[in-house]
Amino acid sequence: MKKIYYKSDDLKKFKNITDWNPELGEKFFEYYNSVFKEGSLSVREKSLIALAVSHVVQCPYCIEAYTRDGLQKGIEKSEMMEAVHVGAAIRSGASLVHGVQMMNVYDKLSM
Amino acid sequence: MVSKSLKASNNILSSTERQLEILSNGIFSDGGLPKFESILVAYELDALRPLKLEILQVNVGYMCNQVCAHCHVDAGPDRKEMMSRETMELCLDVLRKTKVKTIDLTGGAPEMHPDFRWFVSQIRLTDVKEIIVRSNLTIILANKKYHSLPDFFKQNRVHIISSLPFYKKDKTDRQRGDGVFSQSITALKLLNAAGYGKSNSDLQLDLVYNPSGAFLPGDEKTLENDFKKALKLDFEIDFNQLFAITNLPISRFLDYLIASENYEDYMSSLVEAFNPKAVANVMCTNTLSVRWDGMLFDCDFNQMLDIKVASPITHLRDFNLELLQGRKIRVSQHCYGCTAGSGSSCQGTVV
Repeated sequence: MKKIYYKSDDLKKFKNITDWNPELGEKFFEYYNSVFKEGSLSVREKSLIALAVSHVVQCPYCIEAYTRDGLQKGIEKSEMMEAVHVGAAIRSGASLVHGVQMMNVYDKLSM
Repeated sequence: MVSKSLKASNNILSSTERQLEILSNGIFSDGGLPKFESILVAYELDALRPLKLEILQVNVGYMCNQVCAHCHVDAGPDRKEMMSRETMELCLDVLRKTKVKTIDLTGGAPEMHPDFRWFVSQIRLTDVKEIIVRSNLTIILANKKYHSLPDFFKQNRVHIISSLPFYKKDKTDRQRGDGVFSQSITALKLLNAAGYGKSNSDLQLDLVYNPSGAFLPGDEKTLENDFKKALKLDFEIDFNQLFAITNLPISRFLDYLIASENYEDYMSSLVEAFNPKAVANVMCTNTLSVRWDGMLFDCDFNQMLDIKVASPITHLRDFNLELLQGRKIRVSQHCYGCTAGSGSSCQGTVV
């Protein structure tokens, strides 16, 4: 049998993390559910942020969950892709900005 | 794009036996998912029984000018089943004999029935408070003879419930066919011009949203706000309420689920979203569904699966409310569609 690390069905088992530590598990889910409630940001905006972050942290479970969530909320594919680019831009920018460090070190060491 | 009904294409899923076989086997027979009857027992809920009959939903025929990809009726221009005037008279008898408050006309496109206007006018002469017509909107523009429908609806104080899968062209046309979105917008403008959907008018125009794919509808109120904002901003269109309806795994939508390999996941999400609170308000408890040939069903979905009422009275000609009210409502796994999340009915969510 082929060994794979990520199984899509495992997403359904997420809630089982409380089995081995109910106190922390329940605290996490309570916190998680509160975060996604309508607040100063709409549930729609939060869903798009979650989708962008899912890509940045490269979590296949989260990507499936928030693509589905976006569809249910009527979020369009153009909006989803723009959100993914926002995440990607920050991620690539975070790499590139370290180029300044490289330049600093280079300049310091060079005559 | 779908162009023919499953029936005209000789698709195996045009057989209701085959559909019921799929819904009762596979993940529902290997212990993967509980059958609907078992989940009611697990939640200590009583078997579904009718409450007071309030709505008579009459399907006048399966002919439609559209062939929508998700249609649970498998309606289309090639469907010829049509209610006779004699059966319509039987419906009118029931309205005169009972205290049914609402008659809900559906199809197909009910307006295509040659006796549609006669039937509506006759219903208006009874004590029924509300006449609902489930209009697909595009029918109003399909032929010159339908152009006067908005005025006809207005004269007969018809409550219009129309399908509009989304407030943008792309998703609407993918589900309902090319050009459907722009025609629907034109039709909505005509209905608005007749006084429908305006806050200062009692001419009710509601829209139905159903997801364009293998996912459940989001929050009904949020979607309603999104629809209202977008339709007002982009097209100056007003409407009253939005009903979010879950797609049930029947007919063309079942065919789509299987062909796209989404069937098992979709059924799992329906079962996972089972809401015991929704069971008390499912529409089969206050509705009776009539087929074009006068046969009786617990709901329009059971009608499409040919699951007849479990009663000695199975046809309008023998109508006996007392006997019918004693029946048990027949269920199968498609019923999970009406109890998922906030529930789903022809009038939207139920909790």
